[in-house]
Amino acid sequence: MSETFIEILRRALDEEMGRDPAVHLLGEDVAAGGAFGVTNGLAQKYGTQRVRNTPISEAAITGIATGAALCGLRPVLEIMFIDFATLALDCLVNQSAKYRYMSGGQLAVPMVVRTQAGAAGGAAAQHSQSLEAWFIHVPGLVVVAPSSPLEAYGLLKSAVRLGDPVLFIEHKRLYTLKEERALDAELPQIGKARVARVGTDVTVIAYSAMVRNALEAADELSRSGLSVEVLDLRTLVPLDMAAIAASVSKTHRVLIAHEAVQNGGVGAEICARIGSDLFDELDAPVTRVGCPFAPIPFAPELEQALLPATPNIVRAVRALAP
Amino acid sequence: MTDPAVPTVADWKRMYRSLWRIRYFEGQVQRLAAAGEVPGFPHLSTGQEAVAVGVCAHLTREDTLFTSHRGHGHTLAKGSDVQATFAEIIGRDSGLCRGRGGSMHLVDAANGMLGATGVVAGNLPLAAGAAWAAQSRGETTISVVFFGDGATGAGVFHETVNLAVLWKLPLLFVCENNGYAEFTSREEHSAVMRVSAFAAPYGMPARTIDGNDLLAVHAAAGEAIAALRHGSGPYLLECMTYRMAGHYVGDAQHYRSKEELAAVREKCPIERLKRHLIECGAKDAELDAIAEEARREVLQAVAQARAAPRPDPATVLDYVYSAPSLVAISRVIP
Repeated sequence: MSETFIEILRRALDEEMGRDPAVHLLGEDVAAGGAFGVTNGLAQKYGTQRVRNTPISEAAITGIATGAALCGLRPVLEIMFIDFATLALDCLVNQSAKYRYMSGGQLAVPMVVRTQAGAAGGAAAQHSQSLEAWFIHVPGLVVVAPSSPLEAYGLLKSAVRLGDPVLFIEHKRLYTLKEERALDAELPQIGKARVARVGTDVTVIAYSAMVRNALEAADELSRSGLSVEVLDLRTLVPLDMAAIAASVSKTHRVLIAHEAVQNGGVGAEICARIGSDLFDELDAPVTRVGCPFAPIPFAPELEQALLPATPNIVRAVRALAP
Repeated sequence: MTDPAVPTVADWKRMYRSLWRIRYFEGQVQRLAAAGEVPGFPHLSTGQEAVAVGVCAHLTREDTLFTSHRGHGHTLAKGSDVQATFAEIIGRDSGLCRGRGGSMHLVDAANGMLGATGVVAGNLPLAAGAAWAAQSRGETTISVVFFGDGATGAGVFHETVNLAVLWKLPLLFVCENNGYAEFTSREEHSAVMRVSAFAAPYGMPARTIDGNDLLAVHAAAGEAIAALRHGSGPYLLECMTYRMAGHYVGDAQHYRSKEELAAVREKCPIERLKRHLIECGAKDAELDAIAEEARREVLQAVAQARAAPRPDPATVLDYVYSAPSLVAISRVIP
């Protein structure tokens, strides 16, 4: 497998469009490939009715995708940066997420909102955020955050086939990554986490690009005799509490690592759940690695100073270790 | 030979009954809301019924309709069951949405009524999406969205108009310009008086008509919808009307004078259609009998709805996701 994250997303979309004529793409520049080239060539292959360029109107295009989904299409909407999802929030929160419920099950919104998040290379405060915590607070939405190209391939295909609105968060730092691993024979089930590395001393729970940092940290720590288990959540809603429980019951020590601001983050929810459901399993307080409470800065020195990275995880695991 | 596009007297009588059905229906909503039997805050369309009836007369079951928070009339005019609609408004299990939606979130999917919305202007892009789905599949169905003049203050109105024109969507925008955005008059909330004027810069055909004149609404909507079905692209119909009721049931309406309210009662769309029918030779007694039939129909439906069972609290987590396994995120502590 020698495709980048971007190329493999394209392959997943291509395959799903070929499989199901209801799958339509829309978003800013998507017919020209999109800002990151994910949809390159798809308009030529499937036509501009199924790969539709839109104006810079996030509120309207999210509503259009939702309305089309109500009427049997399976739209995949690209919101170029998760920072711009702020403009689509009314529809995502008040319409897309709630239609199945408010209609008493008469209607569904099988829609994927692909968006790109995270900090890398000086994109600064308005193009670097990790806003996933907002979305896990909204019943009705599914939130997926793949950690590698192969994960993205399977999860995107599963998301397209799901009957619910999915926020599919791609980390920009992963876009050019390639992975030496064969494709799984079966598509992943939405809502199932994955043990990315087996260990016995400490569990690191992570998702998206932070899984790579956790794996790097686990490598480094193994040299000093610490066995770290890395749990890749894959989906934040649903949250795979069974997988978390299985790992915590083995290691009894947990670190949650994400790039998003620590305050009110996904880690806070997981921490609370472990505290209430798995308290007896714990040999140490659950700890977190996340971004300090500040916007993402522009200058590389400042960006680096703020972002949580592998050394933060290494230090946090050492502090937790038996 | 009669032109099928021109209604016969029998057609007008059917529409007369539809107007009364909505009027009586909302009268019952108001009565039961005052008695504390309607949860939440229902919004009545009393005085605006001719827009709903005149537009929906041209729609098939397959055409999709989206409405605002003031959508009882549109739902009934699209042909939804009176009992199931009322049952939803009072939160019964037999309601259209099994008591999950209520007055502001009515949905009757089998009937093409794809939703009322509690967020002003939030329905506009949804209707455009429905139109896109029909267009993409090569269907001849159209999508209709009802909204108030207050919705033109939202950016998404302008975004949706632009997109609908660019994509040549089979979408009819129907603005019920009742002169008020909640409690604030149009003079105070918009620099543009005519909603139809917003269509011009986008090159969208538009008309402003008297929305209390069912004949005018029916004719204008018929023309617009016929063109839409032939792929002419979106159309904006601005219906000047007046909300005889308050913004919501219980609104004291301090922002309107008694004189203003009294004057508008004379413009009642039902009275106006009645005058037309009398001119066509109908008798008072016959028309009163039609109104009485509508009243009985509504009262019977209301009685059935009130007697219907309430939703089972054990089902409160149904319909959040496509599969129960996805709901498992929230463990409910007993």
